[in-house]
Amino acid sequence: MENRTFTISVYSENNVGLLNRISGIFLKRHINILSLNVSESEIDNVSRFIIVVETTEKWVKNIVGQIEKQIEVIKAFYHTDEETIYLENALFKIQSNLLFDEKQIQNIIKESQSTIVTVSRDFFVISKSGRRSEIEEVHAKLKPYGIMQFVRSGRISVSKEKMEVSTLLEELKL
Amino acid sequence: MKISGAEAVIRCLLEEGVDLVYGYPGGAIMPVYDELYKFKDQLHHVLVRHEQGATHAAQGYARATGKVGIAIATSGPGATNLVTGIADAQIDSTPMVCITGQVGKHLLGSDAFQETDIIGISTPVTKWNYQVTEASEIPEIIAKAFYIAKSGRPGPVLIDITKNAQFDEFEFSYKKCTGIRSYTPVPKLKLDKVAEAAELINKAKKPFIVFGQGIILGQAEEQLKALIEKSGIPAGWTILGLSALPTDHPLNVGMLGMHGNYGPNLLTNECDVLIALGMRFDDRVTGNLATYAKQAKVIHFDIDPAEIDKNVKTEVAVLGDVREALDALLPLIEDNKHEAWHNIFKEKYQIEFDSVIKEELNPTNNKGVSMGEAMEMINKHSKGDAIIVSDVGQHQMFACRYAKFNTTKSNVTSGGLGTMGFALPAAIGAKMGRPDREVVAIIGDGGFQMTIQELGTIFQTKVPVKIVVLNNEFLGMVRQWQELFFDNRYASTEMINPNFVAIAEGYYIKAKKVTKREDLDAAVAEMMASKDAYFLEVMVEKENNVFPMIPTGACVSDIRLS
Repeated sequence: MENRTFTISVYSENNVGLLNRISGIFLKRHINILSLNVSESEIDNVSRFIIVVETTEKWVKNIVGQIEKQIEVIKAFYHTDEETIYLENALFKIQSNLLFDEKQIQNIIKESQSTIVTVSRDFFVISKSGRRSEIEEVHAKLKPYGIMQFVRSGRISVSKEKMEVSTLLEELKL
Repeated sequence: MKISGAEAVIRCLLEEGVDLVYGYPGGAIMPVYDELYKFKDQLHHVLVRHEQGATHAAQGYARATGKVGIAIATSGPGATNLVTGIADAQIDSTPMVCITGQVGKHLLGSDAFQETDIIGISTPVTKWNYQVTEASEIPEIIAKAFYIAKSGRPGPVLIDITKNAQFDEFEFSYKKCTGIRSYTPVPKLKLDKVAEAAELINKAKKPFIVFGQGIILGQAEEQLKALIEKSGIPAGWTILGLSALPTDHPLNVGMLGMHGNYGPNLLTNECDVLIALGMRFDDRVTGNLATYAKQAKVIHFDIDPAEIDKNVKTEVAVLGDVREALDALLPLIEDNKHEAWHNIFKEKYQIEFDSVIKEELNPTNNKGVSMGEAMEMINKHSKGDAIIVSDVGQHQMFACRYAKFNTTKSNVTSGGLGTMGFALPAAIGAKMGRPDREVVAIIGDGGFQMTIQELGTIFQTKVPVKIVVLNNEFLGMVRQWQELFFDNRYASTEMINPNFVAIAEGYYIKAKKVTKREDLDAAVAEMMASKDAYFLEVMVEKENNVFPMIPTGACVSDIRLS
């Protein structure tokens, strides 16, 4: 079986230590996490993990089985890239004078559909949401002008298919 | 009424029906021990000699009774000493609740004296764990701990309680936990899957049942027996499934796995339908997965969805409670005998008997007592009614291969983790849990010295366990591998042993050493007749090997008889 990129979604209670418990499942199998995002979900008091890994389908099934087995995990799913809508977000901090001295920068912002988050005397910040490749393209274009700081978030994604976690929770309501 | 967190811990244990706990006191758990003192008439605390002993004793208690075992320890080293037993309970699905003391909440993260992150350390080896920092959390958390430990696929839970939470007072009330919204202990049985399984079983020409501890944990022993008797299907057991079916049942064809019986291993690769009941296809059972039962359609009954297709691809997966599943399956099963197929098992047994078992049980060489004949002598005197608690190594394989069992929950051993030092404390727990039954620990000279200090617990509590050390002055299993796979290079496997009898007698335990075959019968008889604890050291053949054997990574059908 060949390695592919899988996005694992985990709906869980919001409890101390659960992140450790979930990351331990990857550690035990010597599988590297490519990206991790934890946030609130569409359901009150339920957290959602988005974990991206590159592995075989056999392993991702095994991992999802082990994650779902954890007491505080409500439901876990895995999807291929084709089955999800996903993006990452990146922030670029750049010297303010370049915005006026290097006209090309404005074109880069416009063409890449990035937005300017803030402008101050010394620096301005560009935000770009999209696929990894799109962010990398913007990065490559801005790099010659000098990037003061760069940061990219973990992947966030929603599935194309319906994930009926809310109804599942309704059934389980205790 | 307001009570302290420490008192609440005791009251919660009593609410859960606990009357026996194992533990070792220390600074951060002292408020709980103070309450144990006050409640000593209702809750018996057994002082072990090392916290690892507390976990194994709790495991032995749980395995022999089916109830939750309890271990209590202090923070820091007390807590870390529990880890081996917790890992053992996790991999062998043993219900256990461990309670550890922790430094006060205000000291968390300050590297205080005896502070250790036991939640972090125990996370990968617990079914669930939780750090209590407020006294008022105690009832709900302990109720959850018991519910989680014993429901579904059982396992160990660790509750870490900071010292302030033990001291602080709160308004106590207790409500048992009956469910957790994010946790489905038992998947709902799907009757269409049961019907699919029945159809495959009824059509099979050469079906084979392999059963594991799930049968014992799911209390489905009667259902298993009814199934094999109606269907005429031969049944083999995993090491933890042993004793779920009486060993002398005519359809019981023996043990699976690395040192299991010849027939069940070989014929795993000849059956047409493999019916796995409450077992998890451990690598010691399957050998090389690429060549394991490839010709067979596999039906897997299990309570844990994560076990389905984990190691072996299944044709039909029946998720749910195994007892309920077998109850549903049984009426759909047609009467059959499978005589010709069963005869092949008998033929294979004869081959194994002639080349391995005969010599093992009645050695003709002059190399001393064999472990097999020592087990056979215990069978003679136990009549198959004893709980056998074995440690880890060659003697364990001999114990599991040759011990006779009439009733369930009689084989207590460390299967998944292979924890040397398990048996002595586990035997203490088994005997305390089942005082009505004879409990015999079978231990090697290596494993015995890993938890030998628990002789002190036996002396202090006067628990009448029978301890048999099969002494070959080697770490026998490793030595066997060195002989077979490392050209006889015996790296650090030879043991220069102390006078074990003198050590046992130092603890005022009756003790005897047997070196000659002719003395074995009388010595075992004397041990079994003893009303008190008894230590019997049997000097056995130094370089005996356990056969049959499936070398690591080999195919089950490549099982070697020598």
